[in-house]
Amino acid sequence: MDTLQGLHQLFIRAAQWYPDHTAVVEPREGSVTYRELARLSDRVRDRLHACGVRAGDRVGIFMRKSIDAVATIYGVLKVGAAYVPVDPGAPVARNAYILHNCGVKVVVMEQRFEARFCTETGQLGTVPDIFLVEGTGGGMRLHRALDQADAQQQAPATETAISAPRDLAYILYTSGSTGKPKGVMLSHENAVSFVDWCSEVFEPVTSDRFSSHAPFHFDLSILDIHVPLKHGATLVLIAEEVGKDPLRLAPLMAEQQITCWYSAPSILSLLAQYGNLAKQDHSALRLILFAGEVFPVRHLRTRTALLPVPRYFNLYGPTETNVCTFFELPRPIPESRTVPFPIGRVCSHLKGKVVDEQGCEVQRGREGELSISGRGVMQGYWSLPQQTAGAFLTDNDGTRWYKTGDIVVEAADGNYTYLGRRDRMVKRRGYRVELGEIEAGLYRHALIREAAVVAVPDEDAGIKIKAFLSCREPKRPSMIELKRFCSENLPLYMIPDYFVWCESLPKTSTDKIDYQRLNEMN
Amino acid sequence: MTEEIKTIVKEYILHEFLPGEDPNQLTETTPLITGGVLDSIGTLRLVLFLEERFGVALQAHETDREYLDTIAAVAALVHSKKS
Repeated sequence: MDTLQGLHQLFIRAAQWYPDHTAVVEPREGSVTYRELARLSDRVRDRLHACGVRAGDRVGIFMRKSIDAVATIYGVLKVGAAYVPVDPGAPVARNAYILHNCGVKVVVMEQRFEARFCTETGQLGTVPDIFLVEGTGGGMRLHRALDQADAQQQAPATETAISAPRDLAYILYTSGSTGKPKGVMLSHENAVSFVDWCSEVFEPVTSDRFSSHAPFHFDLSILDIHVPLKHGATLVLIAEEVGKDPLRLAPLMAEQQITCWYSAPSILSLLAQYGNLAKQDHSALRLILFAGEVFPVRHLRTRTALLPVPRYFNLYGPTETNVCTFFELPRPIPESRTVPFPIGRVCSHLKGKVVDEQGCEVQRGREGELSISGRGVMQGYWSLPQQTAGAFLTDNDGTRWYKTGDIVVEAADGNYTYLGRRDRMVKRRGYRVELGEIEAGLYRHALIREAAVVAVPDEDAGIKIKAFLSCREPKRPSMIELKRFCSENLPLYMIPDYFVWCESLPKTSTDKIDYQRLNEMN
Repeated sequence: MTEEIKTIVKEYILHEFLPGEDPNQLTETTPLITGGVLDSIGTLRLVLFLEERFGVALQAHETDREYLDTIAAVAALVHSKKS
């Protein structure tokens, strides 16, 4: 990699080449050109610098997906800091933990979150500096907040940072098995090598219009944002509430003439089932990418028949590597196919191998854990040296291999097939969920004595989450009370579908919760 | 009319999303979406149920929490569509 190329430099170069192209569209709010986005992000850079942010710092982004948030991302990168996006829909306490955990210098935040956030972080210790934006939408609120700050004291113009390959570009927090989310540290080299791989395989052009369906705290957003904005193409932001609703999403995709779509399979299934796709003009679509969970072949077949897009790709990879394998689907999908498609071959900027429990490479055709090395692999987990060390295998020559936790088998043609997990992580609607984090959330309820959570396969939803509970008192909380409690303590996608009360949970001979028996109780 | 809609919606929600729950716990003001009872797919299923059961068509903007967060709000919406 050219050492001068930080993630933001890809955008800066595109802004020099295509200043008048539309960079980002926020339906019903507005749009910005590359020139305007470059200018707005320069102003964020200068303001953050004036707030004391320096290269190597972290800056939190606590705002709705918007042009304001995209400009903030580039502003943070331009000042040389790493951005830490949090889910504005998640409990504020969880976000406060995340931003406190990685010691952000400043949080760029929508005003509506301020009071709760200050209360929550106050309980954790120090409250970081906050740059408040009244709201978001089309970049105008961010403009106004910068104008107001400049009216009090002008932020001096600063130079855009030249980031080194190993400098952190962003930290994405994922579900942690201990009950606390953990921060995956990704460097500029990690991000740029991935974006360059996307350029090589998907061949973006300036007339492309990429969807941004995933939220910015989710690793799918790296492709969504940084690939089109490297190439002079247009990024179309899809609001979270619209993104979940096929009745509104399908017409929006057609109206916005999306050419490249990327999301978890679950929303594609919903679009096929409820989106009335046949009634709309989706002829602009040239590429459908999906990742995050297994796509049942039955839904995939319906989907490809309704949307005969030229190319479909199954992308696979954890946040720690972003996409690490890919598979282009044959078209049409053969009637004889009933099992899911392979996750495919390893991307060209990475290497893969399959290892046994001792970390030794197994022969092709044998089951084992997929391990990945190369320029796309994360630096580690923020402030968790033990978990970081445990996540890697290190060869004698010092090569680090990230152990994905996914059990795969390699076919003779080099394609990997996903078989399952070696731990208690599951994927729900594309989100990574550690069942232990749900249990830790449930244990915060004063009446819950024991909690154990299992995932149950489900034809339509992929999985359903079932919580087995025992209570400290004879009067048990109602299911409604438990769901409300969970909605205040866990992200929505972690709320169990079912609650089952037991006198006490079954135990093994060593007095641990017997998950095998719980699974049998299904 | 509205009372009848409330009863039908309540039975549907109890059956589909809260199996085994004491019916007395689910009132017409219990928050459904903001209270974690209905997720996005659950909300979509409720919309399809309302359209089919009551023969009404909901507009895209009527499928969010403003209109569907409580049984009372759902019943008011359906009632306004039918009258």
